[in-house]
Amino acid sequence: MGYELDFGALLQYLSLFLEGTAVTLGLTAVAAVCGMMLAVGGAAAASEGSAGIRAFVAGYVELIRNTPFIVQMFFVFFGLPTLGLRLSAMEAAMLAMTINLTAYAIEIVRAGIEAVPVGQREAALAFGLKPRLVFALVVLPQALGNVYPALVSQVVITMLESAVVSQIAVVDLTHVADFIQSRNFRAFETYLAITAVYLALAVLMRRLLARCGRRLLAGRAA
Amino acid sequence: MEFTLWDLIRNLLLAARWTLLLSAIAFAGGGLGGLFLLVLRVSRSASARSAVKLYIEAFQGTPLLMQLFLVFFGLPLLGFDVSAWLAATVALSLYASAYLVEIWRGCVDAVPRGQWDASASLGMHYLTQLRLVILPQALRMAVPPTVGFLVQLVKSTALASIIGYNELTRTGQIMTNATFRPFAIYALVALIYFAMCYPLTSYARSLERRLGSA
Repeated sequence: MGYELDFGALLQYLSLFLEGTAVTLGLTAVAAVCGMMLAVGGAAAASEGSAGIRAFVAGYVELIRNTPFIVQMFFVFFGLPTLGLRLSAMEAAMLAMTINLTAYAIEIVRAGIEAVPVGQREAALAFGLKPRLVFALVVLPQALGNVYPALVSQVVITMLESAVVSQIAVVDLTHVADFIQSRNFRAFETYLAITAVYLALAVLMRRLLARCGRRLLAGRAA
Repeated sequence: MEFTLWDLIRNLLLAARWTLLLSAIAFAGGGLGGLFLLVLRVSRSASARSAVKLYIEAFQGTPLLMQLFLVFFGLPLLGFDVSAWLAATVALSLYASAYLVEIWRGCVDAVPRGQWDASASLGMHYLTQLRLVILPQALRMAVPPTVGFLVQLVKSTALASIIGYNELTRTGQIMTNATFRPFAIYALVALIYFAMCYPLTSYARSLERRLGSA
């Protein structure tokens, strides 16, 4: 006698699915927006700043890129209260995801900045633009255009990695799955359905962001 | 009972052995799986190629945590008795193979087309071409990104803690519950991961530089 898969037991939880999806996407959006802003600042500091700032940014990037996200999140949620910084699970998840995405995005943006031909900067300076404006108006837009696809991939990876925030009891898509399978004892079906939702989100997000990018950055890439 | 800092470090270091072992087995399994998929991925059969593409999309487009759960809860449905250890090694091997095959395909594509034509004109069979002509040349390019992926794999083993496999991260959780010193313990856990991953990262970088200048 074999096991019969039964997906019917999932339908009644549709509204939970939607709530979980909203939380997962919301977390990703916050991390993406904050992470990108910090990453642009970090990459600017890494390519224009003093030696001290450069070393600090490099150290940050290496530290985050060489440790697992789940450990970073545990450190933020369980460790930081020791220093007096007590965060809710949701805040801790947002902070950990932002910290993580920022490190990867700095590396990507920095590579984009390096790929902008020096002549662009020299030409802008020759027009009498201030160095700050040269960076903001000439170098940065081209740099972002160069690496936009890599940034999109990184945001999608952050969304997929956010599945572990369920471990600190954030009610994201994975947490919804944990809850449902504890009710209907259909673990495999539940996780398979949730996995399909993640796959759909990843595919849609990649398409949507790629389309936005084409609009936004039309003709900017060097 | 009091725990000294040395007690914490000693126990975490002992647990790190299991992280290393899990990484090594997942890398070996993923490498074998990746090689098998690679043979299909660069073959002339369009259906084999698109089947591998689908596999890659499925594993790179879903959270590793879900893959772990599906293996952990799915294998018992097929009649296998699954421990956390077995589920973690199987899931991580599948996951690793999906990444390695894409990395290696890039390297095979970078081997000049003429090498295929020349070896075909010598009357070589597809597998012989791969084994004697293409793969040896692709291998040189494949080492730096493969080492880079190894870093990702070591970090990924941390998720095995969630299905109850006692590696570094889970040992950290258990010790936190026993000692109430989360700050020190998670900082140490992170440092131990860093000590495992950073040498690999810089090794991959130096290999890349050497390959670039060669």
